[in-house]
Formats: sequence, C-alpha cells, structure tokens
Amino acid sequence: MWLPSFLYPFPIRPMPMPQIVVENLVKRFRVAERSPGIWGALKGVARRRYHTVDAIDGVSFSIESGELVGYVGPNGAGKSTTIKVIAGILVPDSGRCEILGRVPWTQRREHVRDIGVVFGQRTQLWWDLPVIESFDLLRDIYRVPRSSYARTRDELVEVMRLKSLLDTPVRQLSLGQRMRCDLAAALLHSPAILFLDEPTIGLDVVSKLAFRDFIRRFNRERGATVILTTHDMDDIEALCDRVMVISSGRILSDGPLDDLRRRISGERRLVVDLEEGEGRIEMAGAQVISRSGQRVQLRFDPDAVSAAELIRRVTSAHAVRDLFVENPPIEEIIAQIYQEEHG
Amino acid sequence: MISYWATLSARFRSLLQYRSAALAGLVTQIFWGLVRVMIFEAFYLSAGSPQPMELNDVLTYVWLGQAFLALLPWNLDADLRALIRSGGVGYELLRPVDLYGYWYSRALAWRTAPTLIRAAPLLVFAFVFMGMDAPPSWASAGAFALAMAGAILLSSAISTLFNITMLWTISADGMAGMAPAIVTLLSGMLAPLPLFPDWAQAVLNALPFRGLVDTPYRLYLAHIPPSDLPLYLAHQLAWTVAIVLLGRWILSRGLRRLVVQGG
Amino acid sequence: MNTLHLYARFIEISVRSQMQYRASFVMLALGHLAATGIEFVGILVLFDRFGSLKGWSLHEVAFMYGVVNISFAIADAATRGFDLFGGMIKSGDFDRVLTRPRSAALQVAGQELTLRRVGRLAQGLFVLVWAAFGMDMSWSAASVCLLMGAIAGGACLFSGLVILQATLAFWTVETLEIMNTLTYGGVETTQYPLPIYRPWFRRFFTFGVPLACVSYFPSVAVMGVPDPLGSPLWFQYVSPLIGVGFLAVALQFWRFGVRHYLSTGS
Repeated sequence: MWLPSFLYPFPIRPMPMPQIVVENLVKRFRVAERSPGIWGALKGVARRRYHTVDAIDGVSFSIESGELVGYVGPNGAGKSTTIKVIAGILVPDSGRCEILGRVPWTQRREHVRDIGVVFGQRTQLWWDLPVIESFDLLRDIYRVPRSSYARTRDELVEVMRLKSLLDTPVRQLSLGQRMRCDLAAALLHSPAILFLDEPTIGLDVVSKLAFRDFIRRFNRERGATVILTTHDMDDIEALCDRVMVISSGRILSDGPLDDLRRRISGERRLVVDLEEGEGRIEMAGAQVISRSGQRVQLRFDPDAVSAAELIRRVTSAHAVRDLFVENPPIEEIIAQIYQEEHG
Repeated sequence: MISYWATLSARFRSLLQYRSAALAGLVTQIFWGLVRVMIFEAFYLSAGSPQPMELNDVLTYVWLGQAFLALLPWNLDADLRALIRSGGVGYELLRPVDLYGYWYSRALAWRTAPTLIRAAPLLVFAFVFMGMDAPPSWASAGAFALAMAGAILLSSAISTLFNITMLWTISADGMAGMAPAIVTLLSGMLAPLPLFPDWAQAVLNALPFRGLVDTPYRLYLAHIPPSDLPLYLAHQLAWTVAIVLLGRWILSRGLRRLVVQGG
Repeated sequence: MNTLHLYARFIEISVRSQMQYRASFVMLALGHLAATGIEFVGILVLFDRFGSLKGWSLHEVAFMYGVVNISFAIADAATRGFDLFGGMIKSGDFDRVLTRPRSAALQVAGQELTLRRVGRLAQGLFVLVWAAFGMDMSWSAASVCLLMGAIAGGACLFSGLVILQATLAFWTVETLEIMNTLTYGGVETTQYPLPIYRPWFRRFFTFGVPLACVSYFPSVAVMGVPDPLGSPLWFQYVSPLIGVGFLAVALQFWRFGVRHYLSTGS
C-alpha cells in the first residue's frame, strides 16, 4: 500500500529544535456554586459563593523535537487545561512555558502559526462546502504562500488518498473521511507541532488504523512533534514512545511506554463467553477476576503463559462460544499508578 | 387537556429558569410602550378634527398591547420546529392522541405561559407610572375578560396553523418572517384599528386578526359598548372554528405527504 | 493577505454556503421583505389619519426610516457571526478560532454574512429613494457624501451594539434580550424625528447610545430642513463619525473580553 521509502512525498525539513518546556504550571478555576431551586438562584444573585478547583497543580515536562508523546488521564484530570495552555488559548496562574522559544499566551498569533490542532469531536472544515474550499480558505487564514501551499496540499491529498473527497461537501463525508480531511487541514501550514485531542474517537477499526498510520508517518517523515491525548490505550500502544499520565492536575508518570507497562506488571485479560451449562472455570496461569452470567474475565501474565497457550487450555477444557484478549482499561492503569504514588 | 397542563408547566418552568430574560423582556416591553406612547402623543399634537379615538384611550390600548403581547401568534413552536427538522415528527404519529388536539393544546400553553409571567408586572407599571385607565364599568371589565378568553382560543388556533405549515419546511422559513408582521399590523398591535383609513375598516372588521387585540381592548375602553359583546364573541368563535377546521385539513394533507415520503 | 482580503474570502465562502439552500434563502428574504414592508405600512396608516407628525411630513419621516433601516440591514447582515457567538463559546468552537493566527473578531464576523437581510435593505432603499423624489430636494456633492457617511456610521454603530452584546457572553450564559431593545428598539425609535420624543429620551439616544447622530442629525442636513432642536450644521456633518467611534469602543471592549476568556477559559 505504501510507496517505497525513497518516494515518500514528505520532504524532510531541517528545523530548529521545537522544544516544549513546561515548568511548574498551575491553573486554578473559580467555580460559582449553584444551589437548586428558585430560592437558591436568588441567593446566588445576592451573594455568589465560589470554590476553587486546581485544574493543573505544578505540571512540568519537556518535549524534544520529533517526539510522539501520549498524554493520558481520566476526564477532568487536567489534560485539556494543559493542552489549552500550550496551545496559547489559556493563560496559567503561574509557571513557565516556552515553545519554540516563545511564550504561547503573550505571542499567541505567532505561536499558533507553528502549531496544528485536531479536535476529534469537532471539525474545523466548513460544513456546507466542498473540502477543497476549506483548504483554500485555511491557506488564506495562515497566509501560506501559494507555491508551497500547492505542494503541501498535493502531498497530503496523495498520501491520505483524499482526491475523491475534495469536491464533496463536508456534511456528506463519513466520520472517518472527515477525520482524514481534518488532519490534512491541520497540516496545510506545515506546523512544527501537532496537537491531537481524542482523534480516533468514534472511528471504525479500519479508519483508526489508517489514521494512526498517517500520524506515524507525519511524525517520522517530517520530524514534527506530536502530542496526543486519548482514552484509547491502543492508540498509545500503536503510536507513542513516551506516555505522560496525569491525574488530579499532577503528572503521575512520564516515560517510555515499556516502562509504564513494566511498572503496572504486564497484565493482560482474557474474556471468555461460555456455553450454557458450563460451570466453574479454573486454569493454571490465570486468575478469575469476575464472572457475570456466562462471561468470565481471566487475568494472566503474558511472560508466564502466552495468550495462545491460555486460549488452547481454555478451549480444550470448556465449551466456549466466544473469547478475546484485551488490555486492562486505561482507568485501571491510572488507578494503579495512583495507588502506587499515594498508597 | 393533560398535554395542555404538561406543556404549560414545562413552558412555565423553563421560562422561570431564565428570570433575567423575563426581566429583560419586561424592560423591553416598557421601552416599546414608551416609544409608541411618545409617537402617538406627537401625532395627536398635529391632529385637527376629532379623531375616531381619544389620545387617552390610545395610550391605554398601547399598554394593554404590551402587557398581552405574548398572547399574539407571532412565533413558531421552537420544539416542534426542531422535531420536524430532525424528522422526529414521525413519532408523533405513534401517540394514541388526536394530533391536532395535541398540537393545539401545546400552542395554548405556549401562548398562556409567558403571558402569566409578564402581564401582571407590566399592568402594574402602566397603572402606577403611565396613568393607564381602568375600565369605566364592571360590565366593560367583564366583557373584556370574556373577549380575552376568546382571543386566547383564536390565537392558539392561528399559532397551530402556523406550526402546521412547518411540515413544508421551506415555506416555514418565509412564514416565520411574515407571520408576526401580518399579525401585528392587522390585529391593531401596531396602531389601533379605528385609526386605519375609513375605507379599510370593513375589511379589518371582517378579518380574524382584530379578535386578538382590537376587540378585547376596545371592550375594555367601552369604545365598544358591553352590550355588543355577543356579536364580537360570535366573530371570534366563528373564526376560531373556521381556522381549526382549516388547520385539521392542512395537517391531514401534510401528514399524508410525510407518510408518502417515509418521514 | 491583508485583513480586508481575508474578510472578503470569508464572505465569499458564506455566500456560497447559503446558496446551497437557495429555495430556503429566497423564502427567508421574501419573508423579511414583507415583514419590514408591513412596518412601513404602519407609518403610512398613521400619516393617512393625522396628516403630519408634529410638523414633520411623511416624506421626511420616510427618509429617516430609509437611512436607519439601510444602516441596520447592513450591520445585521455583517455581524450575524456575533449573534452566534454565545453558541461558539458553549460548543468550544471559539477555542478553534483562537488557535488560528488571525484576529478573533474578524473570524467571528466572517462566519456568516446573512444574505436574507437583503429584504430589509431593499425595502429601506426603496423607501429612501421614494422619499427623496417625493420631497423635491436639492442634492450637492457634500450632501451625497453625508448621506453615505450617515449610512456607514449607522452600520458601524449598530455593529458596535451587536458586538457589545456578544462580548457579554464571555461573562454570562443567559440570553440578553435586553440588548435587542437597543438594536431593534433603536431602529424603531430613530426612524421617527428626534424632536417628537421627551427630553430624557432624546438625550439617551444622542449621548448614551448615539443613534440619533447617525440618523436624525445627518438626515436634517441632507434634506436641508432646519432642526427644531437647533443643532449647528457642522455638528450634523460630523455626527456620523460618532458611530465609527462607538464601534471602536465596542471592539476595545471585545478585546478586553477575549483577554478575560484567555485567563478563565470559561
């Protein structure tokens, strides 16, 4: 499917090291308390009560040029607050942040020229118009010179196979097609840093795999930095060399994915749907962690027993309707890290 | 009837939620009332021969109009509009109720809920600060109350008719712009109907819209004697029945179209 | 690519989007034309009954009506994006605007140019031309410039009002119907000559929200009629500039709002 490597259309640009330096970032929000009912609302008008929420509480990290970093954490952990600060659309209460030698919020317009942002939930394309019109308008918004715009656009169209989509109104695209177009739109001005916020949410498996491929290529071929927030552990496994875990406004873990996996033990799960009438299930090398109806969840250590071996054992001993292997969900991993830190 | 109370209380609660919007609405209507009052005062300054209505009566007419503005069929049911746009209206057919009756009671609730909130404070303001007159007799007051009830029934019938036209989406866009203008002009909201040219009076009297504003307000002022009430009530009710029948007929055609298109 | 050029591109895109729904556009424009036309019928009715308005003729009032409605139609069409602004804050689309290296106000305004307002524009133009011919007035280069200036100043002032209203969305999620009093109510008020109103009301629309400065004062100068309020001619000529100043103040407040948003993110 891919062109041989010497034909890769992305030019390798020599670039100043796009370093992201974040030190001790703090952001607190004042939240107005609301009491229910009419009386409560009246009280609220008379005297508002506030409580403060620490959205991020001393976040520090630095990212070198060309890294592909996953940024994960539960909802409300401070992920999007961090992203907003480094994207230049939120001013922190204290702390230092320097990206490509600039402070994002004091030099917002210069800063955002060098970054690209993709929000998985919302498109930046013009809903009623053909895709190509949105691309042309973005060229004008980012003041991309016409010659280099044409080159970049043609490369992106080629690599992401958008040619047949260009004349379709955005509202008629499938979600997968739209995400591809949205990613291309974010890259038209050749940003040095790309932020992806839940980019694969809602995508079908094929689109997800294709999307990950594009991101990996963009990162490798251009040497551009990519920061990815996601709830999908498979995104992280497929893409990221480095993972930062945030919870309650603090970074709990920051390092290569393998380190993270080692720390939380290489646990995997085998989910088995048994046929009616199958009773207890007991397996050497695996532990039952839950059972509801005919569905049983087993925990196993892939270093001690391979998934294939375990499946063989289960199917030979029991009548099985269906089974699959999965990673523990990201919330559990984070909970585990959290317990290690605080427990 | 149940759907009326349900919609009424839902509208009522959602309107109460936006108290500052209600307050803003009140200020807006006082403002409009003041502008109208000043315009009429200026016109009467240059008026020569005696006019079909005295200035004082016109001013009371204006304040009544501001107090009961929400009763006019001037906006479309936003929830219903969304339902039709999304295609969800097909589910309405699954309800075991008469659809016209259901929509009519919704319209009735849409008209009465905001009036309940806005009318009283505005009337108090107009009485205290603007020198608005009370009805000259109990008979006039009673006639006004009955004619207002007729106006509400008529207004809901017209609202329902407008809502039904939303089944033809594109025409609804034009209707949304035009309907309020036609209603404000022909009902007497823009200027009391007796001030319109004499040649137009016969037409205005025959049309249904006078029943929304002009009839009850002039009964209030005893500009129409209370003894004439039965005649005017008959006019309101006859039009209400006619518009209900028209609405039912258009609704059945619209639904047939909807079923044919598969929703 | 300068700012004006980018705005033109936004408009082009918006017009093309609306042309995707041509039938709906035509109905909306016609509905709008009818609605504003009926408003004017209300004025005709009263003049038919009373003959004149405290010494002002129908044509003189129609002239002011035309000026104010043209200004408002232009502003209303051009600032539609700011009407949608409250929704942009809620949906997070405003964050997207901030991640682009261009003026936020330009991007918000450029979202949509509402063509259907062409209904009010056409009606205002028609009434203005009808009034001008009906009055048999004398034109000069200066009075034509002043008329253009009044319309432009009025469009600026109404735009400023809409921007002020939108800016409040940085602080509150409630719909602010009260601001419509100033826009729609302002149109209603200033289509009649200022002297018919009570003094406090006149002062409010001259010094508070200076709508009289973009309709009444320049209109009497263009029509060549004396101002019963006794304003000097030079003031009638410079008054439209106040509309431009109002817009500048509104944009300054908008910038303050954006800074507030950047520091609270809500």
